[in-house]
Amino acid sequence: MTAAADLADDLHAAALRRDQWLERAGLAGLAAPALLLVAVTMIVPVGWLFGLSFLDDAGAPSLEHYRRMLAEPSYGRTFRTTFEISFVTTLICILLGYPLAYFLSQLPRRAANLCMIAVLLPFWTSLLVRTYAWLVLLQRSGLINSWGIKLGLWSEPLQLVHNVGGTLIGMVHIMLPFMVLPLYGTMRGIDGNLLRAAASLGSTPVHGFWTVFFPLSLPGLAAGSALVFVLCLGFYVTPAMLGGGKVTMVSNRIANDIELFFNWGAASALGVVLLAITLVVLVLAARLSRGTGLFGAGH
Amino acid sequence: MGWLDRPASDTQISHRSRLWLYGLGALILAFLAVPTLIVIPMSFSQSQYLEFPPREWSLRWYEAYFSSSTWMAATATSFKAGFCTALLATPLGTLAAYGLHASRLRFAGLAILVLLTPTIVPVILVGVALFYAYVQLRMVNSFLGIVLAHATLAVPIVMMIVGSALKSFDMDQERVARSLGATRTQAFLMVTAPQIGFAIVTSAVLSFLTSFDEVVVALFVSGGDNATLTRMMFLALRDQIDPTIAAISTIMIVMTSLLLAISQMFGKGD
Repeated sequence: MTAAADLADDLHAAALRRDQWLERAGLAGLAAPALLLVAVTMIVPVGWLFGLSFLDDAGAPSLEHYRRMLAEPSYGRTFRTTFEISFVTTLICILLGYPLAYFLSQLPRRAANLCMIAVLLPFWTSLLVRTYAWLVLLQRSGLINSWGIKLGLWSEPLQLVHNVGGTLIGMVHIMLPFMVLPLYGTMRGIDGNLLRAAASLGSTPVHGFWTVFFPLSLPGLAAGSALVFVLCLGFYVTPAMLGGGKVTMVSNRIANDIELFFNWGAASALGVVLLAITLVVLVLAARLSRGTGLFGAGH
Repeated sequence: MGWLDRPASDTQISHRSRLWLYGLGALILAFLAVPTLIVIPMSFSQSQYLEFPPREWSLRWYEAYFSSSTWMAATATSFKAGFCTALLATPLGTLAAYGLHASRLRFAGLAILVLLTPTIVPVILVGVALFYAYVQLRMVNSFLGIVLAHATLAVPIVMMIVGSALKSFDMDQERVARSLGATRTQAFLMVTAPQIGFAIVTSAVLSFLTSFDEVVVALFVSGGDNATLTRMMFLALRDQIDPTIAAISTIMIVMTSLLLAISQMFGKGD
C-alpha cells in the first residue's frame, strides 16, 4: 500500500471517530433540557441558600451561624431527636419489614402479587392522607382509644398522638414499604437450590434459614435500612402533624427559622449540615455494600 | 385440614409450623393497609368525631367540600399543576434517559447523578431554597413556580422508570431500523417508543401523583390564588381535625387507586 492510501485511511478513521463522537455528544445533549431544569430550580437555589449560611447578619463572610449551632444546646437536641427518631423508625421497620418480606417471598407468586397491593397501596397514597388517618385513629376520642376502653385494655383515653410515640407510628407506617420492597426483591432472587442443598446435607429448616438464607438477604436489608434512615432524616410533615409541636426534627427547625424568625442564615446552616449528614450516610452505605451489587453496581 | 401438614417449602417445613409466619405477615399487611382504608367509611359519618363504624351515615363532609369555593379552587390548582408537571417532566425525563442511555459517554454517569439530586436533597431544602429564589424573582405564589418545582421532583422518577425499561430494550432494533433507512427520530418513534410506552405512561401517571401529593415545597412556594390542595389540607390540620379532610382523603385514595389500576391495565396490553 502506498503512503497516500495509508494517509487516506487514517483520515477516514479519524473522520469516523469524530462522527461517532459528535453523534454521542448529540445524544447526550438530549439530557440538556432536564439538566437545565434541575440546575435552575434545584442546584442554583440550594447553592444560593447555602451561601447565606456563610454570611453574618450584616452580609459579611463569617462562620457565625455554625458557631452558634455548636454553642447553643437546643441545636444539639434537635439533631439528637432527629437521629433517635430516624434510628428507632429504621429499627422498627427492620423488625416488621423482614418477616413481612420473608412471608411474601415464601408465597406463590400470584398470592404474593395480591398481597403486594397492600404494600403498594399505602406506598402510592398521599403521605398527608396517611398522616391524617393516624391523627384520626390515635386522637383522644379516636378509634384506638375507644376500642381499647371498650375491650377493657385501659380505662382512661391514652395520649397516643401529639408526642414522640405518635410520630414514630406515622413514620414507620410511611417508611415500611421502602424497607419491604428492596428486601422482597433480594429474597426472591435467592436460589432455592441452596436451601435444598443445605437440607440435603442435614440442616434443619431453622438452621438453613440462619446459615444460608439470612446472610444472602443482607444486601436487601442494608439497602432498605439505608434508604429508610436517610429518608427519615429529612422528615417534616409527619413530625409537624403527629408531634404536636413537641417533636422538632431538623426539617421542622429549618421551617421554624424561616416562618417564625426569618433567620435565613441559621436555616441554611442547618440545611448544609442536614445535607452533609445525608450524603455521609449514603456514601457509607454504598461503601459498606460495595461488591454486593447494591446501589446500581450490579446492574 | 390436610394441607397444614404438607411441606410449604423446599426445606420440607410444614404449613403447620409456619402458621405463626402467616399470622404475623397478615397482621403487618393489615397495619399497612387498614389505617388508610378506614378513613373511607369514616368520611361518611354524620358525627364531627369521625366514628367507626359510623352511627349515622351522611354526605355532609362531601357537601362541605364541594360547596366550598376555596377547597374547589385549591383542587383545581392541584389538578392543573399535576397535569402540567406530567406534561413537562415526562418528555424531559424520557429524552434524558434515552439520550444518556444511547450515548454511553463517560459524562453520562455524571449527568445521571445530577438529575437524581432531587431525590437526595431533603425536600425541606428544596422548598426553602426555592422560596428564597422566587422571592427575588417575584415568582412566589405563581403557578409557573409550583409547576417548575414539581417537575424537578418528578424528572428523576421518569428517568429511573424509563431508564430501567431501556436497559431491557435491545438497542440493535433501532440500528436495524436505521440501516433500513429510518432516521434516528423515526427509529425512536416507530420502534423504541412503542416498546417502552408502558414505562412512559407509568412515569407520566407517577409525575402527576408526585405533584398532586406534594406538600412541603407547595407549603413554601404556593399560596394565594394558586394554593394547592395539600397545602390547604396541611394548614387546616395544624389547627384542628377537620372532618372535611376525611372526605378529601377518600377522594384522593380512590383517585390514586384508579390511576394506578388504569396504568397497570395499559401495561397488560403489551
